[in-house]
Amino acid sequence: MSTYFPHTQKDIDEMLKACNASSLDDLYADVPKDLFAKKLNIPEGKTEQEILDQFEELASKNVVYKTILKGAGSYHHYIPPVVKALSSKAEFVTAYTPYQAEMSQGILKIFFEYQTMICNLLEMDVSNASVYNGSSAAAEAAIMCIDRKRKKVIVANEIKPDTLKTIKTYVDGHGEVVVLETEDGKVDIQNLEKELSDDTACVYLEQPNYFGSIEDAKKVGDILKEKGIKFVMGVNPIAMAILKTPRECGADIAVGEGQPLGMPLSFGGPYLGFMTCLEKEVRKMPGRIVGKTKDAEGNDAYVLTLQAREQHIRRERALSNICSNQALCALTATIYLAALGKEGLKDVANACVDLSHYFASELKKANVCVVDKGEFFHEFVTITKSRARDVLKALKEENILGGHLLDNDEILWCTTEMVDKKDLDKAVEIISRFA
Amino acid sequence: MLIFEKTKKGRKCVDIKKPEVEKYNFDSSFLRENDANLPEAAEIDLVRHYSNYAGEAKGVDNVFYPLGSCTMKYNPKLNEEVASLKGFNAIHPLQDEVDVQGALEVMYTLSERLKEITGMDAVSLQPFAGAQGEYSALKLIEAYHKENSKTPRTKIIVPDSAHGTNPASARLAGYEVLNVKSNSEYGVDLDELKKVVGDDTAALMLTNPTTLGLFEKNIKKIAKIVHDLGGLLYYDGANLNPIMGVVRPGDMGFDVVHLNLHKTFSTPHGGGGPGSGPIGCKELLSKYLPNPKVVKVGNEYFFNSYESSIGKVGSFYGNFLVCLRALAYIETLGSDGIPQSAKLAVLNANYLKHNLETKYKAINSKSKYCMHEFVLSLEDLKKETGVSGMDVAKCLIDKNIHPPTMYFPLIVQEALMFEPTETESKETLDYAINSMLEIYELAHSNPEYCHDAPHNAIIKRPDETTAARNPILKHI
Repeated sequence: MSTYFPHTQKDIDEMLKACNASSLDDLYADVPKDLFAKKLNIPEGKTEQEILDQFEELASKNVVYKTILKGAGSYHHYIPPVVKALSSKAEFVTAYTPYQAEMSQGILKIFFEYQTMICNLLEMDVSNASVYNGSSAAAEAAIMCIDRKRKKVIVANEIKPDTLKTIKTYVDGHGEVVVLETEDGKVDIQNLEKELSDDTACVYLEQPNYFGSIEDAKKVGDILKEKGIKFVMGVNPIAMAILKTPRECGADIAVGEGQPLGMPLSFGGPYLGFMTCLEKEVRKMPGRIVGKTKDAEGNDAYVLTLQAREQHIRRERALSNICSNQALCALTATIYLAALGKEGLKDVANACVDLSHYFASELKKANVCVVDKGEFFHEFVTITKSRARDVLKALKEENILGGHLLDNDEILWCTTEMVDKKDLDKAVEIISRFA
Repeated sequence: MLIFEKTKKGRKCVDIKKPEVEKYNFDSSFLRENDANLPEAAEIDLVRHYSNYAGEAKGVDNVFYPLGSCTMKYNPKLNEEVASLKGFNAIHPLQDEVDVQGALEVMYTLSERLKEITGMDAVSLQPFAGAQGEYSALKLIEAYHKENSKTPRTKIIVPDSAHGTNPASARLAGYEVLNVKSNSEYGVDLDELKKVVGDDTAALMLTNPTTLGLFEKNIKKIAKIVHDLGGLLYYDGANLNPIMGVVRPGDMGFDVVHLNLHKTFSTPHGGGGPGSGPIGCKELLSKYLPNPKVVKVGNEYFFNSYESSIGKVGSFYGNFLVCLRALAYIETLGSDGIPQSAKLAVLNANYLKHNLETKYKAINSKSKYCMHEFVLSLEDLKKETGVSGMDVAKCLIDKNIHPPTMYFPLIVQEALMFEPTETESKETLDYAINSMLEIYELAHSNPEYCHDAPHNAIIKRPDETTAARNPILKHI
């Protein structure tokens, strides 16, 4: 058994003596005798070597694909080694929330840079220092909009299934969730207008949407502004390098899944929920926020701020219960954005677009039915009548992770800068067998 | 200087491979007008910039970090190695179950271990942090009462010594919060409890040991009072470290628990996250756990979803790599190491407390033994010298020790809460004891010096009032 305690028997004896105790069990004098547990029914401890063997074996039971054509909320992007090298520094990894500003300026400055980069990317006024993931960010945003009079949260039909489920959980007890009906895979403006009412708190849609299509978010924003209803957008951060920003579309709150910004797929987590809003909403924003101030000697200093919103100050009157967030993921995203930079992030976005459009057009040429839902970013849907499972199976045999199965016919594909033309040509050849 | 101030137009760190396909052009109506203002820096500038930031931060790898209630124990490197295996971090969450049997086995095995350690019947790993574990557990309680209670149960009872997240989570889950006062021993006052428990009580939220680091001796009586009136008992796992493998929440009468893997099970805090807040519950609540659940059939693992579930509290299955590290830790310590770890955490706290009590006033139970943490009240010191809990905390920074939790719990004046954890050596504790005793002398001989601390940090006492009044939240 490996242990991580440095005590020798001599240390233990001396320390017990200093505490006037004769055994470790003496220290549990306040615990009623009948509460002591039996020996735990779990395996004996192991050495480091045994643990590595055990987990390498577990890891080998998972299939790591060479080519990945699946997205649907988790995206395979290139992560420069400099990102991992810097974000894994022990000073960052093993620190707590920066309560003591004097000992945490490095971390606070990174969160301040993070807030700035996310705001710049989305052209929004304020960003918090992260929440758990894109789905919980959307749910928290919905909660921000609900008040005594406005309790209806309208969500587009084309949002990620997990996000819809999370919004429903969070809104339960505070309001109601209405899912818009649609016909052509995008928000139907007429349906939306019909659904809007005096008790509508907000409308949430995703850009690009779950099926990859680009929504006419500006139009939605214009309609909502006229009616005084809040507009919440969930955006893909890579797409934001080129697409119209939430600010340009009239969003009051913009959130999203930050995983594409330097976090590996990791079977779904840890990821990063980013959350931004307009200036006027800032005091309703959940989570940690870092601000710039001066110290006692007039130097620039960074601190956790606007804490009057938070649980440790306001308790049951708090607007948010968030304590731990996804700090190290926010830090990773900061370094990723700094490493890619202004041009690099656009290059990633454009590579995604070029490759996905090549992929879609080659599929069409090979007589595979590609669903036309207008412009798309890096995801789109194909129909291979009742052969969708066979398509994925055939790809798997060639070490290609196919798209996400929507039903017996439909597959949602994703193409990022990680694939080459020849990967796509091979995939097209295989898929076309089922057209 | 921030990274934006080091930007130079045209500099680049990484080149992205140019696709060998035709360029696709959107109509400009889809595109943003201006490029996002992101940094432009060379790799070496970037590396120095963030390496220097690392120099302005301190983690457990650098300093003693006795931050009460946060369990800042050592984070084993082995677990980082495990989490960096490609078989874990290069798998997509929507791969077929047959493709990810190893990952599902990790989730299943960790759930089994946590069931055994907490004395619960079922576990979900989905909640992404402790506070979300609290929230999820309260949603379970809500679903249970909706189906089983004859009366509407709209109230959650919380002791006045509780973590702020308890009442905040209850409110987020749509409950009304009732505070119950502590007795003279800083435990739940049973008479006060009886006054507030009723047929509208959904649950009592409790941590044991309490936030004062004392074991709640009356726990079984408390459980009976709440259960007799149809309420449930919720365990806040923030303070599990001193009792893991020694006393189980399930045996104390708790119906549902949340755990903080980033505290008790040694996963790194990452400057504030990611954490992981699994919840465990007794059979009566298990059908409401978040979807999906990992089930084992023969030697194969699957995801299952249930109609009766509260649904989801986030995307996919939780902070998987955090869960993975926690499992590696549990497997390393094993059945003997886990209780031994708890006991040494208690020994360290008692040793530290005992030695500090020669000068400082500690909050004690009758036995004078604390669990994993203890609270000093510096009220007397402040009266005598004017030196406050905050001043002492800032003096510790000059000693290269991360300050304890300040001004919590709220029921103790000038509180400093110390939690040394089991991974600190006697020598480190002796150094902390000497430092605290020196600061005590300093408070009497030179209080001004203490008010002015820290003297060796890169900044000194930032103006938090101005920060909140005139918020500057990004670089312009």
